[in-house]
Amino acid sequence: MAKRAAPEVNAGSMADIAFLLLIFFLVTTTIEKDKGLLRSLPPIDDTEVEPPIIRQKNLFTVNINRNNQLLVEEEEIPISELRQAAIDFLDNGGGTNPEGESCDYCKGKRLEDSSDHPDKAIISMKHDRETTYEKYIDVQNELVAAYNFLREREAERLYKKYYPDADKVFTAMLEEKEKNQFSKDEVLNERIETVKLLFPMKLSEAEPEK
Amino acid sequence: MSKFRKKDKGGLPAISTASLPDIVFMLLFFFMVATVMRDSTLMIENRLPSADQVEKLKKDRTIFIYAGKPSDLYKQFGKEPRIQFNDAYITVEDVQSSVIQGINDLNEDLQSRVVIGLKIDKETNAGLVSDIKQELRKANALKVMYIANTKNENL
Repeated sequence: MAKRAAPEVNAGSMADIAFLLLIFFLVTTTIEKDKGLLRSLPPIDDTEVEPPIIRQKNLFTVNINRNNQLLVEEEEIPISELRQAAIDFLDNGGGTNPEGESCDYCKGKRLEDSSDHPDKAIISMKHDRETTYEKYIDVQNELVAAYNFLREREAERLYKKYYPDADKVFTAMLEEKEKNQFSKDEVLNERIETVKLLFPMKLSEAEPEK
Repeated sequence: MSKFRKKDKGGLPAISTASLPDIVFMLLFFFMVATVMRDSTLMIENRLPSADQVEKLKKDRTIFIYAGKPSDLYKQFGKEPRIQFNDAYITVEDVQSSVIQGINDLNEDLQSRVVIGLKIDKETNAGLVSDIKQELRKANALKVMYIANTKNENL
């Protein structure tokens, strides 16, 4: 018998099979895109130390009731005005910080009855157990936005020269830090810390009443 | 017979499609590698709130806690919002032990930098959320991230 060459397998349908699998994975893939508001909780404090007395003018109270109404400094305001109210409060700079320095970078109105210094200014938030989570996040978002706005402004004032093309300097700095997470850039970290220290985030949350 | 005769009679030669499978396979492998199968089935309704001051989440150091009303398939559990961890409903008291367990399952060098991702339905009462936070404080897991959808700032 004569030796016959093995016939070649037709690979023309290979593309079809691969396409089928490709479409299956295309449809089932969800690229993870989880984002959110990062916050730190206070550690549990068992010590019986008397908390320091905070003067009323350094406290910005935000209250949400069970009907999702917002009460800021004893006044009902719509949520669209919360961000500006918080910025005005933090940026007031009417007095000095605990070290006796006055806030030379604040651009606020320096009112007597508002916060002394960003170091001292505390935002205190309280909500009811019946408040919806959506409203709670809305308020958190506005308060974080107030801090971010002020930090952005200071970053632009101090470090614009290093990021001449950036639209938002502080965001650009944070993005660069993210990019260089495997090669630590001390100078950049220090700059970010400087900006954060100018407006330290002091956002306290009270336990809702039972 | 001239030596310089035109070889073709005009017309374009057919494009070879022999490399098509290779290209498709390349794409296929990309999607196979990038696909993440959802690791826990949601037993609750989970419509997230939206926010615009969001930061990215680092997935390798995150433990997720879900909360919301039981979804349609699990109606027998009532209408009160429930907490879900991995694949089961848990009570508020169990949050602490579950989170500590979750931290121990993490990579060792990430344990100190753990972030708790709270995926909470927007209709939930904030009281339940503050209960969860109280338990997290007891478990000494102090970094939380309220997972939210990104909202366009200009809207």
